[in-house]
Amino acid sequence: MPRETTPAQDLIRGIWEENPVLIQMLGLCPALAVTNTVKNALAMSAATFFVICCSSVLVSSCKRFIPREVRISAYILVIATFVTLADMMLQAYAPVQHKELGAFIALIVVNCMILGRQEAFSSKNTVLRSLLDAIGTGIGFTIALLMLGGFREILGIGTFFDIPLFGSNFEPWVVFVLPAGGFLTLGFIILGMGYFEERKKAGNAA
Amino acid sequence: MSDQTLFSIFFSAMIVNNFTLALFLGLCPFMGVSARVETAIRMGLANIFVLVLTSLSAWVLNTYILVNAPYLRIISFIIVIASLVQIVEMVIKKVSPVLFKQLGIYLPLITTNCAIFGLAIFQTNRSYDFLQGLTFAVGAGLGLTLALVLMASIRETSELSDIPAIAKGTGLTLIIAGSLSLAFMGFAGLL
Repeated sequence: MPRETTPAQDLIRGIWEENPVLIQMLGLCPALAVTNTVKNALAMSAATFFVICCSSVLVSSCKRFIPREVRISAYILVIATFVTLADMMLQAYAPVQHKELGAFIALIVVNCMILGRQEAFSSKNTVLRSLLDAIGTGIGFTIALLMLGGFREILGIGTFFDIPLFGSNFEPWVVFVLPAGGFLTLGFIILGMGYFEERKKAGNAA
Repeated sequence: MSDQTLFSIFFSAMIVNNFTLALFLGLCPFMGVSARVETAIRMGLANIFVLVLTSLSAWVLNTYILVNAPYLRIISFIIVIASLVQIVEMVIKKVSPVLFKQLGIYLPLITTNCAIFGLAIFQTNRSYDFLQGLTFAVGAGLGLTLALVLMASIRETSELSDIPAIAKGTGLTLIIAGSLSLAFMGFAGLL
């Protein structure tokens, strides 16, 4: 198998250059739905991180036994198994967060980011490299979720991790905690990234 | 058993808790196929169809099979949805090749649409009975279609206007979605 990237690149690529949420626009549903506070964002990232790492390892170690015709169904089954595990673990160890996230834990199954990594990477590479790739993608997802959660909690409630940041006369922008705020925050982050990209290009050309 | 009236379930699923604009379900088609009004309508109709079938089968699973094994819920739902879409695809191909051609790639894509899976999970969590589930599915499907068509109309119009280069594409789509979602919040007081 031709190797185009080094293991270190596998790890780093997912974090920024091919960030699943901010660049590839995968896994938007959970990224927007549960990021109204940093705590929820962290719980969601942790669950997704667990699922993507375990599925990548299992898929890459079983890749010889999975027939090509049914590979998508096989990947989905692997992912669904680990999501069930994550769901039960959260329910046992973090019942408050489990209640807040509700149905969105189960919805990790249909997170296209995870299926995408299995199809694009784990099904063709060794266990170690798949694990590195999964860790990188997971960290990228976590960064994006924490960014969104941070912005929304600071502006919408005026706290960070439940610690009040402003004086008592701060009037929170409630809209940022509401669904509309999720769309707007991600929209502005992407606009900002586009702006810097544009400036970098202009700087290189000059 | 949930004691909501059918009308409030329908209205809530379609407008107040719109799947796309309030719950962020089904965002992939919302971003992907909302460039033209015509494709948006077709995608919406295909979604309604699969949503109704999913609601039916989720009800059957919950009532007769999963009573003794609730921990198998996620796995069995995803298998049922995937095979359902496959069967629907084969049936439509056999019965009406014209419709099959029109739906094209959108039918298989529905499998990984979080709205379908979300519907099955929500229906279970709120313990809807058969008729309530059906109403919920139709309402949610119409709501999805409404959001898709609105989005597609705005994007068709905005294609002709003068937009800064950095805002073209996803950034603009997200900001439009945010404004639409703000507008839908106005309905929140109705229920």
